Amino acid sequence: MNGLNEKHKPPRDQAAIWVEDLTVAYQDKPVLWDVDLAIPKGVLMAIVGPNGAGKTTMIKAMLGLVDPVAGRVEVFGKPFREQRRLLGYVPQRTSVDWDFPTNVLDVVMMGRYGTLGWFRRPGKAEREKAMHALEKVAMDPYADRQISQLSGGQQQRVFLARALAQEAEVYLMDEPFQGVDATTERAIVDLLRELRKQGRTVVVVHHDLQTVPDYFDWVFLLNVRRIACGPVETFFTEENLRLAYGGRVAILGERKPIADDAKSL
Amino acid sequence: MQPQVEIQLIAAVVAVACALPGVFLVLRRMAMMSDAISHAILFGIVVAFLVVESLGSPFLVFGAALTGVLTVSMVEGLFKTRLVKEDAAIGLVFPVLFSIGVILISRFAGNVHLDIDAVLLGELAFAPFDRLMFNNHDLGPKALWVMGGILLLNIILIVLFFKELKLASFDEGLASALGFSPALIHYGLMSQVSLTAVGAFDAVGSILVVALMIGPPTSAYLLTDRLSRMLSISAAIGVISAVSGYWLAHWWDVNIAGSIATMIGLIFFLIYLFAPRRGVVALLRRRNYQRWHFAESMLAVHLLTHLGQPEEARECHRDEVHKHLNWQENHAKRVVRRALQDGYVHLDKDILRLTAIGKKLAGKAVVE
Amino acid sequence: MNILTDINFDYTLRIVALGSAILGALSGALGAFAVLRKQSLIGDTISHAALPGIAVAFFFTGNKTTTILLIGAALSGWLATLFILGIVKATRIKLDSALGLVLSVFFGFGLVMLTFIQKRPDANQAGLEKFLFGQAATLLAADVQMMAILAGVAVLALMLLWKEFKLLSFDEDFGATQGFAMNRINLMLTTLLVVAIVLGLQTVGVVLMSAMIVAPAAAARQWTDKLSTMVLLSAVFGVAAGVSGSLLSSRIPKLPTGPTIVLCISTVVLFSIFVAPARGLLWRWLRRRRNRRQFRAEAVLLDLMDMARHHPNLEHPHAAAVLHTLNLDGRAVRNSLAELAERELVRPAGAGLWSLTQAGIAEAQQLERRFQAED
Repeated sequence: MNGLNEKHKPPRDQAAIWVEDLTVAYQDKPVLWDVDLAIPKGVLMAIVGPNGAGKTTMIKAMLGLVDPVAGRVEVFGKPFREQRRLLGYVPQRTSVDWDFPTNVLDVVMMGRYGTLGWFRRPGKAEREKAMHALEKVAMDPYADRQISQLSGGQQQRVFLARALAQEAEVYLMDEPFQGVDATTERAIVDLLRELRKQGRTVVVVHHDLQTVPDYFDWVFLLNVRRIACGPVETFFTEENLRLAYGGRVAILGERKPIADDAKSL
Repeated sequence: MQPQVEIQLIAAVVAVACALPGVFLVLRRMAMMSDAISHAILFGIVVAFLVVESLGSPFLVFGAALTGVLTVSMVEGLFKTRLVKEDAAIGLVFPVLFSIGVILISRFAGNVHLDIDAVLLGELAFAPFDRLMFNNHDLGPKALWVMGGILLLNIILIVLFFKELKLASFDEGLASALGFSPALIHYGLMSQVSLTAVGAFDAVGSILVVALMIGPPTSAYLLTDRLSRMLSISAAIGVISAVSGYWLAHWWDVNIAGSIATMIGLIFFLIYLFAPRRGVVALLRRRNYQRWHFAESMLAVHLLTHLGQPEEARECHRDEVHKHLNWQENHAKRVVRRALQDGYVHLDKDILRLTAIGKKLAGKAVVE
Repeated sequence: MNILTDINFDYTLRIVALGSAILGALSGALGAFAVLRKQSLIGDTISHAALPGIAVAFFFTGNKTTTILLIGAALSGWLATLFILGIVKATRIKLDSALGLVLSVFFGFGLVMLTFIQKRPDANQAGLEKFLFGQAATLLAADVQMMAILAGVAVLALMLLWKEFKLLSFDEDFGATQGFAMNRINLMLTTLLVVAIVLGLQTVGVVLMSAMIVAPAAAARQWTDKLSTMVLLSAVFGVAAGVSGSLLSSRIPKLPTGPTIVLCISTVVLFSIFVAPARGLLWRWLRRRRNRRQFRAEAVLLDLMDMARHHPNLEHPHAAAVLHTLNLDGRAVRNSLAELAERELVRPAGAGLWSLTQAGIAEAQQLERRFQAED
């Protein structure tokens, strides 16, 4: 198992995201324990694991939203803090108050704020980019709609558009398929494929095991520890799933020193 | 009894009477309701006072306590429109009632003995002078009787409904599924809070009511997970703050209610810093420990992996190990030193070898 | 009794009204953010927590100038927000408990300091107590001038950091992933809020200041779905309440300014909650009533259609009395028939009989199709 795992690992500076020894704890409970991960550029990767496996924490740690006890995250070979512009984020839909007084276009324009930097106001260019992003998720007719009047699926598409407006290289999405209608699900899948075609890397926290082989080409099985990571056809196996979901039987693959890794590749 | 002793006794009784319902406010995330209620009852107190023209009448206590319940239902009503959030609803309701109370005082009760300062700030020092007389027998300060009664009522209610309150505080959904009406528990608790606040305002003022209801339970929340223990610790912290606050006020000749609140703050601050598991110091130490423990586990796993393998001499050499773990040399040295201290590894001619507990550590890190 | 000329000629009143207006504008605008961030009650804590700052500032400087006291107030209000943050971030204590605790402890310590100062021979602390309940009449021209300058600075900061504050209020985590130091933005917004609150203390006092933060924003939210409009409207409501409250209390004896301003703004809230278009309760109620009426009319139409099916001619008339037996409420049937007649879907056939029109038959069939599709 481990051998295969290692074979699919891209070298450190070519990985879109490269995670080493990541350990995160809330209070005295470890949520992530010694996780290593190298995501090759251009894959569509699902993060899969049971509830409480640390999937959301994994994404938040990659974005620097939680402080790890130990470990490092690099994006295209540099610490993520220097590469923030390259990361796009789609948080869980329920993480914000949709009764906030603002409209769809305004939310999507927030995706441009990072590029704008401090003090500068969004202008015509930002508006155009936001509209363009809305078109891609078929939400452009709703640009002036108040966000509280959107359905769950539409809210999700607005969040996707906001991330698209970031024009990022790597997209990290937290359960975008959660509670959305069939139309939205289709739209998200199409969008993911288009992003892959453009050579972007997409990481998605995903709950529906049935659709993993359809939607994704790479999978990361996680349950506090790394269970397995690699191409879906090789690693999305019953055995790995049992390891991830089957309680406390998870066995950590043999841990190779990173230095050796780089040499062997 | 001497006035000094009486004041401390009253303060202690008020403290416990407030802390008990306060525990449930804190657990149910409604701490600010105590602030709202203790301000809003001014309205009830003034109206009741204008009717009965006495501050000691039981009618006033119950009339004013009704205002507390009115506040709660107004907040709920406003929140249920879904036009404002719950915290905003609280912030909208109590200033209205308080304002009406202030205006009523300045318009009608201007020359009667009732001023806002007294309601808000209280004057514990005067409490012993208002005495309960029966057949010319002095039965003690009236405040002691009133608050003693309320304390008894609070204890009885909490003992009787302990199970229901506990369930409703930790799992509202389960409670209502089991047939305990959340509304009934909510209003019951809020009536208790109102009654306690009204009974206490005369002696200690509404701000100290808030301090006593929130401070001790919040401190206790950092010390225990068990409801029964949280209740007793809160009561104890309340009494300690009351007595020590009294003496602080006595020595410095300052407002007693204020110095009790100050003591509550001080005790909280100490617990905040030094609580065994949930304090800030413990938090920092745990983070530090986790960092080292993690590093030691990694070292142990590394050593276990190469145990008995031909490359062991190279991979597990004390001066080489940092290369294979991809660590800074200094960091690796410190980890090795700690691992030696903790008895996870021992040195065999500069080769690091796991001890029995070191193997256990590595095993635990691998299978968990 | 001419208020306009009073404003022109009464110097004190003008000062008070102007001061209240500035306070209303500032607390209204900044309160909008506090309310949207579900931190409505933080204003209450900051205003109470300002008391020890006032007392300590006086204690150390022996100076009763408003500026010095307000600097003290601002520092301790600001310290209080840091404590709240420290408690919530480092422990499992929730925001509401932290707010209540910091509020009461700071205020209690303020009382200790006040009574401590009272003992000093040089202390005539009457000047300090005006902050407790507010005494708008003690506002001086210099105070209002200072308020105006600080309010100007705050508005400038609000405009400059508009985008950042919006991001903080809507989605803090997303802001952080974009590289914004959200803690710093939070600190700046909180600092502005502290300034707004401290400036209001002299006018409305410690206890009621929180209403000036929550109420204008809660009212403004009902009228608009746009952040900038909400903030602006909130400021306007604040000004209106400040000015009308201070005028009312100057016209009517024994009507203290602070509570009067609070009642004014609360009236605006109540009004907004009921009649604001789209969101208001009144409109919601009317909408619901209209829906119910339409639903009833449709039911009556379908009943008529069902009965008509038993006859070769679908326009066969039926008695309203029969419809009553199918429906429980007789009056509702009469109203529904009248409404359907108005839309020319049914017509009276005399002697309490009603029949469908061609349009009514078409409408009924369409409804049936729709209900089938929904099943």
